[in-house]
Amino acid sequence: MLIFREIRFHGRGGQGTVSAAALMALAAFEDGFESQAFPKFGSERRGAPVEAYVRISSTIIRAHNQVYTPDAVVIQDAGLLRSEPLLRGLKRGGLIVLNSEQNPSREDDNFRWICLPASQIGERHLGRPLPNTVLLGALAASTEWVSLGALEEAVTNHLASKGETLVNANIAALREGYGFITHAEEVMV
Amino acid sequence: MKKLLEGSQAVAEAVRLCRPQVVAAYPITPQTHIIERLAQQVANGELEAEFINAESEFGAASIVLGAVAAGARAFTATASQGLLLMTEVLYNIAGLRLPVVMVCANRAVGAPINIFSDHQDSMAVRDAGWIQLYVESNQEAVDTLIQAYRIAEVCGLPVMVCMDGFLLTHTFEPVDLPTQVMVDNFLPPFHFSRTLAPSRPMTLGGGSEPENYQEFRMAQFEAMENARAVIEAFDAEFDDQFGRAHGGLLQAYRLHGAQTVLLGMGSLMGAVRDVVDKLRDQGQAVGALRLRCFRPFPAQALTQYLSGVQRIVVLEKAISIGAGGIVAAELRAALHQAGNMTPVESVIGGLGGRDLTPEVIETVFQETPLNEKGATFRFAPNHVMPDETDRGDCL
Amino acid sequence: MKTNAMDKRDAFRHNVLTSGHRACSGCGEAMAARMVSDLIGPDAIYINATGCLQVFTTHNQQSAWQAPWIHSVFANAAAVASGVEAALRAKGKGTPVVVQAGDGGTFDIGLQCLSGMIERGHDVLFVCYDNEAYMNTGVQRSSSTPHAVRTTTSPPGRLSQGKHHLKKDVISIIAAHHMPYAATATIAYFPDLKAKVEKAMRIKGPRFLQILSPCPLGWAHDSALSVTVSRLAVETGLFPLVELEHGELTGVMRLAEQKPVEEYLRPQGRFKHLFGSKTGAVELRHLQALADARIRHYDLLDADTQWDTERAMQSARHGRGGYASSMPTSEAVKNDA
Repeated sequence: MLIFREIRFHGRGGQGTVSAAALMALAAFEDGFESQAFPKFGSERRGAPVEAYVRISSTIIRAHNQVYTPDAVVIQDAGLLRSEPLLRGLKRGGLIVLNSEQNPSREDDNFRWICLPASQIGERHLGRPLPNTVLLGALAASTEWVSLGALEEAVTNHLASKGETLVNANIAALREGYGFITHAEEVMV
Repeated sequence: MKKLLEGSQAVAEAVRLCRPQVVAAYPITPQTHIIERLAQQVANGELEAEFINAESEFGAASIVLGAVAAGARAFTATASQGLLLMTEVLYNIAGLRLPVVMVCANRAVGAPINIFSDHQDSMAVRDAGWIQLYVESNQEAVDTLIQAYRIAEVCGLPVMVCMDGFLLTHTFEPVDLPTQVMVDNFLPPFHFSRTLAPSRPMTLGGGSEPENYQEFRMAQFEAMENARAVIEAFDAEFDDQFGRAHGGLLQAYRLHGAQTVLLGMGSLMGAVRDVVDKLRDQGQAVGALRLRCFRPFPAQALTQYLSGVQRIVVLEKAISIGAGGIVAAELRAALHQAGNMTPVESVIGGLGGRDLTPEVIETVFQETPLNEKGATFRFAPNHVMPDETDRGDCL
Repeated sequence: MKTNAMDKRDAFRHNVLTSGHRACSGCGEAMAARMVSDLIGPDAIYINATGCLQVFTTHNQQSAWQAPWIHSVFANAAAVASGVEAALRAKGKGTPVVVQAGDGGTFDIGLQCLSGMIERGHDVLFVCYDNEAYMNTGVQRSSSTPHAVRTTTSPPGRLSQGKHHLKKDVISIIAAHHMPYAATATIAYFPDLKAKVEKAMRIKGPRFLQILSPCPLGWAHDSALSVTVSRLAVETGLFPLVELEHGELTGVMRLAEQKPVEEYLRPQGRFKHLFGSKTGAVELRHLQALADARIRHYDLLDADTQWDTERAMQSARHGRGGYASSMPTSEAVKNDA
């Protein structure tokens, strides 16, 4: 069966948005898929809205175009919902992973919303309110597009140069994000 | 083993494997990640080279010129305005017949200033005397860079590896990085026959007069003519040793029985292949031809590949203001020279980073009348978002 | 490796810059280049900017250089040298690297590459043969051309007394990089020049020599007077011989007495328009003030100069060609007359 998925990450400069996309692509590649990750092309400015994209496919990815109709959107800063058209092109029935302390996870006519306080969780593990690995865990748990093991591997390799402490903290954040979803599902069952 | 690498990182690793002794560059988007990575490699001791932070691209090109003249293998990279600032030195490097290798992270040229990808920058220096190879993927960028040193050093000509800025340089995708042993087997150490050295003093870059200047240009042209066979042979040899080839001068895709062929360069050809597959599935006799080597222009190979084709469409990401499509014009001349009168449709698009999506490319394949009488080209249409998925409003 | 006796250049028997080149008679740059390259010898790599020296030594596939020599383009000699030096460093070789450029290739079009080369600390000696204009293209003004000089692009006329602006103080700009060694010299004082070249060759890192090299064609003086004229440039205080190490002034050649600038200006046709007119006399006074200001700045003289410090500096800063003054208007010229 042909698998082809596109994900769009939204965040602000400094939140690790591009890294999140790279980690997702690395994990998918680790799981045996072809994958591609790239930022929204342009200059880098701290605090400015940032986008990054991931493609995951069971066959070789040849195109180098932008992502227009993602299957999922990951939003690292809920505040961006007010200023940016974050859901543009999102496929009907698509997934939204939102970093939010207020909104409950829900399903509406068009989309599935997964909401979790990722900055809080991130702060607990990393000492800084970085939501990216937490949200990746939640994305992996709610889609099963990549395995938790592959994400852990990706984090370990990608952040190796930054030291073991940071790797471990990110893996803990990743696991809690993952557990947040699987635990919620268990409760629902 | 394949790894998921950012294009710039992959290229920097390939540069390291080629063992350059001098790297000089001036940062410019979207080339920066390449040279940042090289600077880090040198700082980590992974690459034993002199890393020179030039004061401008003009300086960077001059530094690699000096380094190669003194017998060192050298590398530089730039884009856009930087390439244009290098122009004087690019001609000089080629005229001095120095085997410099550089990466051009293709980007639009201002004004208006624009950091996104098209081919205007390298097209602007197409007559400088450099071999120009345009790559489609990051894997090809890595492989072509390794081939480039061998080509340059055998032909005595500089080589520009052109890779689309952002579209390749900033994209993570699977790349098979060769081992050092494999690269060492393919690429022998650099020995420059005209090295500046007191043991054998030579004058490089002296003056010439009307009675002999033209002969220098003829010799350069001849070397460029001979480079075609070298480029093809090394791509084939690379295939033998690494198990990958990239078409030498030209890469054909589903040309067999094709009545309509789209010709283009660089990363856009990935989407073109996808579109060819789709149209073939619909029963349309289409194919694609990727121009990998723009200089030397493979006129003969092109005419061979395109003989019997009924429609030829050239899609290119640069424009000659006042003339039109550059590749299209050269292709028309080549076909005409060979007595092939098939019209060449010239389509220009993707300028300043405008996305040539599969949907756009599909319409480029369709016959479209030129909007103006006497026009030699048309612009590619813009990508249109399908209505049912457009949720552009802010919440 | 085969060693060829002819390949072993003996510094005592072979000039690095050999005879038969095509310099003009009395060419100060040819003399200076021969002095410098013979002092350094053939075991060095020479990089030349575009200019007279490059043209008259490598005319039409002939070469007067008996050492490895390369010319690329006008502006990039210092960057090419940076690359050569980096390559030698990468290969573990210590061959000296020497750049030769004119004032165009140093003060103007080549300044950016030169600044980059010095800032990066390349082990290169950069020699500027300063003949105070673009002589190679037929005597056009450069930023090294002194105030009031006639060139083809700063011609005297009803509204002009030659070059309006001042000669760029390049040695201060270079020394401001706080590099190991920067000095000025002329062909008139060979022992001084020799000492400076030899000192420069003993020091590692970026080094700079500015050598005043009269051009009989461009300065319009008798070909036999090149050495005399360059001596007068020093004796009048217009071209002080100085040494700067790490940005600090460490040596000056002091003057026993100061000669009036007129002695230097008279033999040179490029100043001829200043003599015999009222406006010219203003410029002559100003040139004297500039010389006095230099002497006081570098403390070259025990005696007093013609102008006291304050007035000399005032004229240098605010006088004609000074940065505070504006171009003379036709109105001002009329009033002057």
